[in-house]
Amino acid sequence: MSTASAVPSGVTGATLAKDLRLEWRSKDAINSMLFFSLLVVVVFSFSFDPNAEESRQIAGGLVWVAFLFAAVVALNQTWARELRNQVLDAYRVSPAPANSLFLAKALGNFIFVAVLEILMTPLFIMFYKLRALGPAWQLLPVAVLGTWALVVNGTFFAAVSLRTRSREIMLPLLLFPISIPALLAMVNATTAILTGELSAKFWIVLLSTYDVVFTIACLLLFELVLNAE
Amino acid sequence: MKRLFPIFGLLTAVLLSFALYEALVAAPTEQTMGNVQRIFYYHVPSAWTAFLLFFINFICSIQYLVRSNPVADKVTNWTVIAIAIAACIAAFVIRPLPEGIEPSSVATTGLMIAGLYFLIKKYFSRERADALAVVSAEVGVVFCTVVLVTGPLWARPVWGIWWTWDVRLTSTLVLWLIYISYLMLRRFSTSGQTPVLAAALAVFGALDVPLVYFSIWIFRTQHPQPVIGGGGSIDPRMLHVLLINWLAFLCFAGLVCWSRYRLEILQRELEETQALEALLEPRSPR
Repeated sequence: MSTASAVPSGVTGATLAKDLRLEWRSKDAINSMLFFSLLVVVVFSFSFDPNAEESRQIAGGLVWVAFLFAAVVALNQTWARELRNQVLDAYRVSPAPANSLFLAKALGNFIFVAVLEILMTPLFIMFYKLRALGPAWQLLPVAVLGTWALVVNGTFFAAVSLRTRSREIMLPLLLFPISIPALLAMVNATTAILTGELSAKFWIVLLSTYDVVFTIACLLLFELVLNAE
Repeated sequence: MKRLFPIFGLLTAVLLSFALYEALVAAPTEQTMGNVQRIFYYHVPSAWTAFLLFFINFICSIQYLVRSNPVADKVTNWTVIAIAIAACIAAFVIRPLPEGIEPSSVATTGLMIAGLYFLIKKYFSRERADALAVVSAEVGVVFCTVVLVTGPLWARPVWGIWWTWDVRLTSTLVLWLIYISYLMLRRFSTSGQTPVLAAALAVFGALDVPLVYFSIWIFRTQHPQPVIGGGGSIDPRMLHVLLINWLAFLCFAGLVCWSRYRLEILQRELEETQALEALLEPRSPR
């Protein structure tokens, strides 16, 4: 079990800055995520009639499924990128705490997915004629907590699936069953806010609990997973 | 120990056939459902056995993770003891308990958790705990599959539907999914440290289950379904047959786990010997 502190150090900042710079120059992850979720928007619009009433009922599920699948793209390349030139091995032998690396990677993925969400939300609103009947400001905590829920476990399981055959397929297989309560909470909170019929408070509390529990679990277990070769 | 295996096998066979007779012939026919209800004697014991096996898997995974670090090991020991004590105190303090829960069952559950934990710790080394984790996950998935198959078979004539997204059905399905992904991780892993990765996943899964149960419980109470079991009383003769069936199923699960465990240990010994031989062998072209 980890004895290293969970406190972010200079390593976190440096790794995060490096990842962001890499992404800024290549734009690999963000481009494929954007295109992928755009495809989801278009394809789903054929499967039902996107009038305002029906969209409101379905959009919660649709939006989050699109973001979940798109996030897998970013998550998959998180650690795979470090395998080239044995960067990960170098990290293992360095005295830097493992949790700093984990936090940097999770924050990086959070930023990627958040950017995706910011860019895609106007498109969703436009294509599906969305207008919240409930308190729209509550969508912000739902988005932040929901994204963190996907990303923190995603980063952890990406590190786990790194040591498997066909790792690109393995990540969703490990991540999706564990994410079911978070997904349920995100979808229901969004639908509740959009339709304005029910309160989203309970789901936001559930989502926060999920985030706290799994962030602690990730920080406790990450060092073991990083060193498992 | 090895000589006990056939005796245990024979005992299980006798018990299973007796339980079959009890379930199909001796048990009274249910008033409204008729003979369809008899699947209950297979469905419920399988579910209990599966949950028990998944719980054993969770304990083994925790032990595999913490026993590499003496401090974490001690912390976990005391946490388990604290859980047992807390359960005993809670049985006397919390009033009123939720309906259907007896104070004695709360205390017994707490003590049994601690008992199981320390029994596994005493009789299984760290490596063997991992072997037990594999075995209990595999056999647990089989029993869980039995539950998920017999459930719809019963639901179709009684409820009129194969499946409903009720809290128990959904959380059992999610549990099954989590353990399938556990077994897949074991199978696809190329790392020499597969046990660590698998144990981490098992801990995540165990943390997930209460959240799943709770979230779906709320989800479904907001949109009530017409068909939710629970409450109600059971004929004592039926309970008797149910418990005999559970005993038979537990023995059967124990038997399968035992032989699978021996196979797993032998397989690991074989792999170790082969690796050792490959090291010792002088380099010669084959």
